[in-house]
Amino acid sequence: MSADLQKVIGEDSFDVVIIGAGPVGLFTAFQAGMVKLRACVIDALEHVGGQCSTLYPDKPIYDIPAYSSITGEGLVRALMQQLEPFDTTFLLGKGVVSIAGDATAGFEVELSSGKHIRTWAVVVAGGAGAFAPTRPPLVGIEQYEGKSVFFHVSDSSKFVEKTLVIAGGGDSAVDWANYFAGRAAHIYLVHRRDRFRAAPASIDRLYENVADGLVELVVPYQLDALSGIDDGLLKSVTVAALDGKRRELEADFLLPMFGLVTNLGPIADWGLDLSDGCIHVDPSNCMTRREGVYAVGDIASYPGKLKLILTGFADGANSMHAEYCRRNSGKVVTWEHSTSKGIPV
Amino acid sequence: MRLSDALKSAGFYIPASCGGSLACSTCHVMLDAGSFSRAAPASVDEEDVLDMLPQVSATSRLSCQIHCDESMVDAEVRIPDAITNLLSK
Repeated sequence: MSADLQKVIGEDSFDVVIIGAGPVGLFTAFQAGMVKLRACVIDALEHVGGQCSTLYPDKPIYDIPAYSSITGEGLVRALMQQLEPFDTTFLLGKGVVSIAGDATAGFEVELSSGKHIRTWAVVVAGGAGAFAPTRPPLVGIEQYEGKSVFFHVSDSSKFVEKTLVIAGGGDSAVDWANYFAGRAAHIYLVHRRDRFRAAPASIDRLYENVADGLVELVVPYQLDALSGIDDGLLKSVTVAALDGKRRELEADFLLPMFGLVTNLGPIADWGLDLSDGCIHVDPSNCMTRREGVYAVGDIASYPGKLKLILTGFADGANSMHAEYCRRNSGKVVTWEHSTSKGIPV
Repeated sequence: MRLSDALKSAGFYIPASCGGSLACSTCHVMLDAGSFSRAAPASVDEEDVLDMLPQVSATSRLSCQIHCDESMVDAEVRIPDAITNLLSK
């Protein structure tokens, strides 16, 4: 190991960068603190907690040791509290694009914002991947994205006086249909059935807008095909019913509102051994085939791996002890229980 | 046993990553018409999750919500080409 590895780290430089702020990423950051490694936690979402906070904040989890039952939100809150003694940096709302470098010279992690971070180790705690908008499987949709197909509404002015196709049956679809009612020239709301899942007041308002002719319900239909003029400009959206019946809706914009999906995204390009959405690691230390790059939690795979939060916690501890050993020229962490040594601050 | 667990045990790639809490839709399958009509109907919550998939069939179900009882004998199950893991707000 190079002597460089021992040098003092500065701002935007860390001992370990943890990608993913779900429960396993947070506990790995705690374990980093326990072996005196300074951690930076990065997540594509704007908040910590990963799937626990976004998919099932209110649902009880029954298999966390010592808790007969704890909600996803409660677990994340407790993990953040446990992490408090340590100086952990959080970079939220940012994806990781690439990991350059190696274990000897150090790694350079590039973020979606363009920022670069130096680190001696990387832990991928990516769960099922980063969250991104659901893209409907329509042929050629890519050429329209950002021009006439939008998954988010950031600048609502461009849709005023235009004809919109909004697809989906959840809060986002209903809320945006209501918002643009009276502002857009015409709105088609396409959904697979005639029931919508949104706040009751929003649904009442939707039906008022339908009665006033401001929103046209296209149910039960799903998106089927797009046709355009050129240069990414949409001409019409074809929708199909489950029985095969089709309609062509002339439109300027399509707003597919199907929520978010998890996507491994750039992880596939990081030189790791990936199959079935998981990264293969050495079970003794959770290191991937790239030295200094670890994978923990649901995204890490080894023989006999159980995809449980508690297994991920163990992965986090293994990886940080192994990293301590690697950084200190093979010195093994002098084992002490946290009851006797306390929190190293 | 849930259908999602049976499919997993048989070696099929069914992430079912939210563990049956009706959050992710990664266990979406399409049943044959016979077993679809024999299975206990989808709950309101399951229908809500199916709503968030961009493409479903008339016999789409979430396999984590289906119990492998006598209604599933000889069922034909199609696993969609694309798996969607969604975030329901």
